[in-house]
Amino acid sequence: MSIIKEHDVVPFRNRVKEYAVKIGMSLLNQTKLITGASELVRNMLKYGGGGTVKIEVLSRTRDSGIRLTFEDKGPGIPDVKKAMLDGFTTGNSMGLGLPGTKRLMNEFDIQSEVGKGTTITIIKWKNG
Amino acid sequence: MKNESIKIFQKKKAAILEKWLTLQLEEDGLREDLMSNADLRIQSEELLSSLIDNLSDSNIDQPQSSDFETVIEILSSISISRAKQGYTPRETGSFIYSLKEALLKTLSEEMKDPAALYKQSMTINKTMDSFAIATFETFIKGREEVILRQTDEITEISTPVIQVWDGIVALPIIGTLDSARTQVVMENLLQAIVETESRIAILDISGVPAVDSLVAQHLIKTVSATRLMGAECIISGIRPEIAQTVVHLGIDLSHIITKSTLESALKTSFAMLNLDVTKKQKPKTQHTIN
Amino acid sequence: MGQYLLVTIQVDLYDQLAESLEADLVNMVRKTSAKGVLIDVSSVSIIDSFMGRILGNIAAMSKIMDAETVVVGMQPAVAITLVELGLPLKGVHSALNVERGMELLRSKILQEEETPEEDDNDNTDSTE
Repeated sequence: MSIIKEHDVVPFRNRVKEYAVKIGMSLLNQTKLITGASELVRNMLKYGGGGTVKIEVLSRTRDSGIRLTFEDKGPGIPDVKKAMLDGFTTGNSMGLGLPGTKRLMNEFDIQSEVGKGTTITIIKWKNG
Repeated sequence: MKNESIKIFQKKKAAILEKWLTLQLEEDGLREDLMSNADLRIQSEELLSSLIDNLSDSNIDQPQSSDFETVIEILSSISISRAKQGYTPRETGSFIYSLKEALLKTLSEEMKDPAALYKQSMTINKTMDSFAIATFETFIKGREEVILRQTDEITEISTPVIQVWDGIVALPIIGTLDSARTQVVMENLLQAIVETESRIAILDISGVPAVDSLVAQHLIKTVSATRLMGAECIISGIRPEIAQTVVHLGIDLSHIITKSTLESALKTSFAMLNLDVTKKQKPKTQHTIN
Repeated sequence: MGQYLLVTIQVDLYDQLAESLEADLVNMVRKTSAKGVLIDVSSVSIIDSFMGRILGNIAAMSKIMDAETVVVGMQPAVAITLVELGLPLKGVHSALNVERGMELLRSKILQEEETPEEDDNDNTDSTE
């Protein structure tokens, strides 16, 4: 689904929640997933000028999970390593979005190219 | 020309089944306590039919062929269920090996030409061995599932939250505190705080063998989360060696209330709740609250 | 008009709403010269860094206007997620529920003023 304005955030979070409930994710993991997703969506709106999010349900032996792919065509992140550090921010926030989200997820992958945009993929397993 | 052994198998299917069952019944490992003979016969027959029906010239030496998917599936489900029921690997293995024996015996009875018999036997041997390996693989997977479930159970029971007093909950941690365990500890502790409306949570780490910076971090997280809930968290059971490592590692626990024993943590809690616990003078020792 | 303000957040707020809450609340503190602000978050399922910042802001702003802020009724899953995210909400007091929050505010205000007359007003808490 596409996220272009702030009002898209809450419906998006509800969608993620629906999927999480469907695969039977625990309340704690649901909360972590949605909070992380919310951070990334906010980043996307603020720095990437909006973008699209893909929600997928994954399954592996004895477990299932949710993968979210955030894609924007914004300015990109010049120094990804630096952006992953706690407390680093270009906006006037606390700089917790990216590193904090990584801590909440099981898997976190970021690809960014200056001038082209940023793609972030996160996975949260049901029992992870 | 159709492979001779396949023809023999198809013709002698019933005989093979009988041979196989006899072999299985002879086996010491037959577990009549776990499965009746009738069930064994049904299982065996199902597997044998699917094997013989799917055998063809082109796949007889190709156990990986997709034609055998159903065979592998049946084998897997049998060995997984056996693993869960508590069969030993030997018992499960002899199930498939005795089938091989039955097949080879039948071949040797039916085929007169020694050279051809040798060649066919080798082929069958190889194919059946490959099935046996698949059986073991799934057997072990079944066992792993059992272990995994037990691990879950252990994590569940190893974080008992006890309400020690009105407004005070305690959670003794025994064993290593990794991040998965911390999650369970936090969840249970916070849930208990909500349920008992406690103001104080005591985390006793007497049973934690070592505190490194990672464990300390987990402890600090737990304390922070407790505080967000509006309760205070006391860490007790700090043994001298733990205090030493904590200081040597340069971990800062100064903003956390730490006590060396559960007893002193409890005393502190009473003080925080303005409770006074005294010994009664006369009849017998008993705790009272003013 | 009384000593305390009670705000119950019932829905997941989107950013603008949260920001206007911040502004409204600070205005209310001024208008009612409240000594304490209780924010009930028991029905909030997600607190991300933005929401956390709003809460922190409200606390800090109220503080300089001589009012204490207590966040009450946080869900366990939300608390754990906040900690994992690296956001322990420094400067914000917490309490298990509204009554406890009131108690906490009372004791805070007592400590501060240390005047006996406060006692008289204690039982006349009013809420918004």
